[in-house]
Amino acid sequence: MAEVSYKDLSLNGLWKNNPAIVQLLGLCPLLAVTGSVVNALGLGLATTMVLIISNTSVSLIRNLVSDAVRLPTFVMIIAAAVTCIELLMQAFTYELFQILGIFLPLITTNCVILGRADGFAARNSIGPSFYDGLIMGLGFACVLAVLGALRELSGTGAVFANMDLLFGPSAANWKIVMYADYQPFLLAILPPGAFIFTGLIIAVKNLIDDRIKKRQDAVKTSPVKGAKRVRVTGAVS
Amino acid sequence: MLGRSITRNSILLAIFAACTTALIAGTHLLTKDDIAAQKRLAEEKALLQVVPRSRHDNSMLDDTIAVGPQDVGLDLREDKQIYVAREDGEVVAVIIPAVAPDGYTGDIELIVGVNRDGTIAGVRALAQRETPGLGDKVDLKKSDWMLSFNGRSLKNPTLSGWAVKKDKGVFDQFTGATITPRAVVASILRVLQFAETNRETLFDIGDTQTDSTGDDA
Repeated sequence: MAEVSYKDLSLNGLWKNNPAIVQLLGLCPLLAVTGSVVNALGLGLATTMVLIISNTSVSLIRNLVSDAVRLPTFVMIIAAAVTCIELLMQAFTYELFQILGIFLPLITTNCVILGRADGFAARNSIGPSFYDGLIMGLGFACVLAVLGALRELSGTGAVFANMDLLFGPSAANWKIVMYADYQPFLLAILPPGAFIFTGLIIAVKNLIDDRIKKRQDAVKTSPVKGAKRVRVTGAVS
Repeated sequence: MLGRSITRNSILLAIFAACTTALIAGTHLLTKDDIAAQKRLAEEKALLQVVPRSRHDNSMLDDTIAVGPQDVGLDLREDKQIYVAREDGEVVAVIIPAVAPDGYTGDIELIVGVNRDGTIAGVRALAQRETPGLGDKVDLKKSDWMLSFNGRSLKNPTLSGWAVKKDKGVFDQFTGATITPRAVVASILRVLQFAETNRETLFDIGDTQTDSTGDDA
């Protein structure tokens, strides 16, 4: 593969090819745990860690394994990484571990991870692979966090509740109550809310992309400012 | 040719399996103690909410009575423990695990703290899957409904009062949810009756097994 630029990688992971809202991968945890920011962020960060570990190790061994055993090896690495992260979370963020429950081991089956391992890390050197894992993970975590914030806010009228589960006791008072006397909006917290808000986020992203595209088109068709305008008649290309 | 590639690949896979297993085993060994400590802490936290440290001086986690599905009134699905809180050797309260099997979405796991005088020290829901926003008010984080049981006993209210207001009892139901509180109230009543029936074993009353009699004033 040709030289990869870190700028392109960042743009791809965070926006253009975002795993959650463009590739629509890993929707199961995305929809299931985004009822609050702390849950969403917890799973997002865990997924990022796994992505970094799996991408880096897959890149390290990419010339060692033959095609025939490529996938089993990758899955083994991913599963090992997930198990280690799970043990670590159990040791250091026990309550969050309990909340996320089954969705932690399920990170293994998150297609983002195998997708990046096979699609990127297996063909690139270790630096870019590490970075790709980091950025793709962050892209995924960002969407999760935004979704969690939207659902928590519209569901309960407050955001950042219970952040101490993830960031230690000092984060206990991070909770921001937007509307003090808020009637909980159940739909936002239940699974349908996850679908609706994911749809809205994708719609907003498409809207922004459209705007950007239109602007670029407009720039292309109209003469660029400061460009030389020698001919004013005839076909302007 | 084929044989060679099979051998090569199997060896490769075996090596990777060994490496990843070693990695996991290593992490397990490193985190094992922390995890055990965290688990204990989480368990104890729930217990201490019901019977605070100021009321007892023993380690409740190590002072237990085994109970299981055979115990009438508790509706347990598996073997659990009753935790005993003592001060100066005398039982001040017991924390009894119970299951309300008729919640809106399945079992609600409860712990009920019962004082020596038969009143309730506190009730907590350990695990529940009730509807968010409606039935999940049994969770103390969502609502302080659970605190309304504190100080109640079999005499307060009398048997007919042990129901939600809709059923002419004294306990509030939640707006939009009657099934959950009904299940919880009924389960707590059964636990109190269990404690009454087994009062002597639970509170070491008139039992020679007592290793130290609380004789200081």
